[in-house]
Amino acid sequence: MLEKILILLCLSSALAEQPCKPDASDGYKVRLSIKTALGDEAYVWNENEMFLFRATLAFAMRSHLNGQEFDVSNIIVCDETPRVTFWFVVTSPLNTSGLVDKGVVEEAIRMSRNRINSAFLLTDKTLEFIGITPTLTAPVNPDTPPWLIVFGVVMGAVGAGIIVVLVSPLVLKKRKKNEETDEDEEETGVKAVENGSTREGVYNMSFSDDERLTQM
Amino acid sequence: MKLKLPNPGLDDRIPSHGDLEKMEKEEAGDRPKWDNKAQYLLTCVGFCVGLGNVWRFPYLCQSHGGGAFMIPFLILLVLEGIPLLHLEFAIGQRLRKGSVGVWRSISPYLTGVGIASMLVSFLVGMYYNTIMAWIIWYLFNSFQDPLPWSQCPLNANRTGLVEECARSSTVDYFWYRETLNTSTAIDEAGGLQWWMVLSLVAAWILLYVCCIRGIETTGKAVYITSTLPYLVLTIFLIRGLTLKGSIDGIKFLFTPDINELMNPSTWLDAGAQVFYSFSVAFGGLISFSSYNSIHNNCEQDAVLISIINGCTSVYSATVIYSIIGFRATQKFDDCLGDNIWKLMNAFDYPENNITDSNYNEVLAHLNQTNPEIIQGLELQTCDLQSFLSQGVEGTGLAFIVFTEAIIKMPFSPLWAVLFFVMLFCLGLSTMFGSIEGVVVPLQDLRLLPRTWPKEVFCGLTCLISLALGLIFTLRSGNYWLALFDNFAGSIPLLVIGFCEMFAVIYIYGIDRFNKDIEFMIGHKPNIFWQVTWRVVSPLIMIFILIFYFVTQISKSLTYLVWDQESENFPTLEARPYPSWIYVMIFILAGVPSLAIPVFALFKFIQNKCCKKDHNDYTVDTISAKIQMKN
Repeated sequence: MLEKILILLCLSSALAEQPCKPDASDGYKVRLSIKTALGDEAYVWNENEMFLFRATLAFAMRSHLNGQEFDVSNIIVCDETPRVTFWFVVTSPLNTSGLVDKGVVEEAIRMSRNRINSAFLLTDKTLEFIGITPTLTAPVNPDTPPWLIVFGVVMGAVGAGIIVVLVSPLVLKKRKKNEETDEDEEETGVKAVENGSTREGVYNMSFSDDERLTQM
Repeated sequence: MKLKLPNPGLDDRIPSHGDLEKMEKEEAGDRPKWDNKAQYLLTCVGFCVGLGNVWRFPYLCQSHGGGAFMIPFLILLVLEGIPLLHLEFAIGQRLRKGSVGVWRSISPYLTGVGIASMLVSFLVGMYYNTIMAWIIWYLFNSFQDPLPWSQCPLNANRTGLVEECARSSTVDYFWYRETLNTSTAIDEAGGLQWWMVLSLVAAWILLYVCCIRGIETTGKAVYITSTLPYLVLTIFLIRGLTLKGSIDGIKFLFTPDINELMNPSTWLDAGAQVFYSFSVAFGGLISFSSYNSIHNNCEQDAVLISIINGCTSVYSATVIYSIIGFRATQKFDDCLGDNIWKLMNAFDYPENNITDSNYNEVLAHLNQTNPEIIQGLELQTCDLQSFLSQGVEGTGLAFIVFTEAIIKMPFSPLWAVLFFVMLFCLGLSTMFGSIEGVVVPLQDLRLLPRTWPKEVFCGLTCLISLALGLIFTLRSGNYWLALFDNFAGSIPLLVIGFCEMFAVIYIYGIDRFNKDIEFMIGHKPNIFWQVTWRVVSPLIMIFILIFYFVTQISKSLTYLVWDQESENFPTLEARPYPSWIYVMIFILAGVPSLAIPVFALFKFIQNKCCKKDHNDYTVDTISAKIQMKN
């Protein structure tokens, strides 16, 4: 009788070990790179952290499959390495010897990936589930490209500048003409010739090639 | 060598010293003038210091033996650059005209030189402003965080990155695809890229608003466009020196390799760089000097501007290579980190077991014990020297290498904005000189009515350049620009430069020129100027021209193409030009150069068959004016 019990115990423990092994068909390999992510503030990976991992995964399974109550004992871990990698499998709470399908586990992890990462202060790159590619975040694409906005502002300013530059000498000339017509009415006849700085000098430039100033 | 070619009627065509003094006193002539000396110097410095100082000189320096390159550069600066500059300043100041006016005054047969200058200024201005359009595009795109060239877009079904981007890099993709949308050959024109057209329109309008009234407006603009680059370079130097790896870059740049001095192409490249860097033969410098007062010390100006130009080249090379050193170190660290990651994951070593220092030993050990696994990992060889020499010149430096360095720096948008504003100012001040070199000869040639104001000339030039420049906004636009850069801005300038020197020294006469300079600045030019003007500089220019010609003719003409299908992607692939390109090359390089003899011939024929016209022409000259006053 005693031998039978012993044999049964051995068998059951053997069975219990079987679901989780490296390259299990329904299991996933996990790789953590805590020192890469956190540097000096890295925590040490120990039993407690492993417990948190199993609990987080149980949470993910619960969130995905609403009815079933997964527990920490449903997440079986094996083959830990100093690198901090290990394999895990998920057993169903309804049937402890049956494993949850790989696809279902994957979906559950994808849904709660963010929560799992934050529980460990890690990112998609430093907490890897080998075989589950992280969904890529699309680059932000605003509706109006920002460069068009800057373009509009700059062109508006430049256009205003051009108009100011073109119009201001016209305005000045108009004002000057008004002043000159006032002066002409006062003076008569000959203007002084010696003053070389006024435009009405003796040096007649009408034949010169140099005239380049705008005659607006 | 007192060779002087016969040149009848020279005195009738140019103002005498007496006339010049009178013009100076009466301030007559309604000719534009500089507000102060600083404006003139800043404008000339701005014209000379351009994009070439930032992205051509550092590359040449590093590829031709680093610190040793300074030796040919400085020697040729003194023997070729300074004499040419002094010559252009002096002749412009003396004859008080733009380039066509000056050469026509010296001899009507030389009008072709002025016309060639105008054509070259026009062609170079066309493609140079396209580079400005690219800079504006990048500048406008720098006002966002994260910068658009730091991320790859996702592909259509959002499973991964776009293939072209994943195979090359984010900066490559942004440059070749999102900016240029480049095609794979120069024949494949593609269509006009609307965003490039907008940027080109922006560039030309910005230039127009600054050049609208000649030096009255550019003189104000240069206070900013000529000084801002130095400020930004200093900021980048300070930032660069605080980054990891910058000292490696500077050491790489300046490590001398004396053997390179034996290589003739080092001297050739140094000479060509000095020549193009000084922006002589464009006609712009002659124009700028003609607005000076008659007794301005042009000798001092020439030496000063040459020194500033040389120093700016060296300074910007230091800054650029400090940033390149940072980028190379980052890439090296990333590469090494990647390899260590792969090793750690393959062999399940705990983290931080393999570090940068013991990486090589661990790899050697593992290669002996498990060679097959190591093979399977496909580790990349990380070599800092190869990252440092991925250097580049031209647009590749600014839009690929430097932008990549910027995204690795904290506060990237700030550095991007600063960098592109600096490039913009450098380019804009050079464009001022180009526009001057086109607009003033146009007015001198009297092709259009003289009553038209300067604004219209300037506007017409900008409009026509914009219309023709739309070719650079096609999908193949980058290849067209490289074509223009190689041929429009190289051989014709050398030919014009040589003709200028020959004309002033042997047709105008070195004796007359010496007396003019003595009149202007108070002492005769010393033996250094005599020797360089008469013998050394022309010889150097002939050498460079012949070598240039020979190297261009001997090698088969190819251009670099961005082609996803090619085997070496993302490295650019060399592809031969189609045969009709040779027509284009002839137009770009041949037409300006041939304008000189063609015009001389034309004037010769005109004189021979129509002697009456010759008499009418003299009525316009200054000697006639003097007689009329008496």
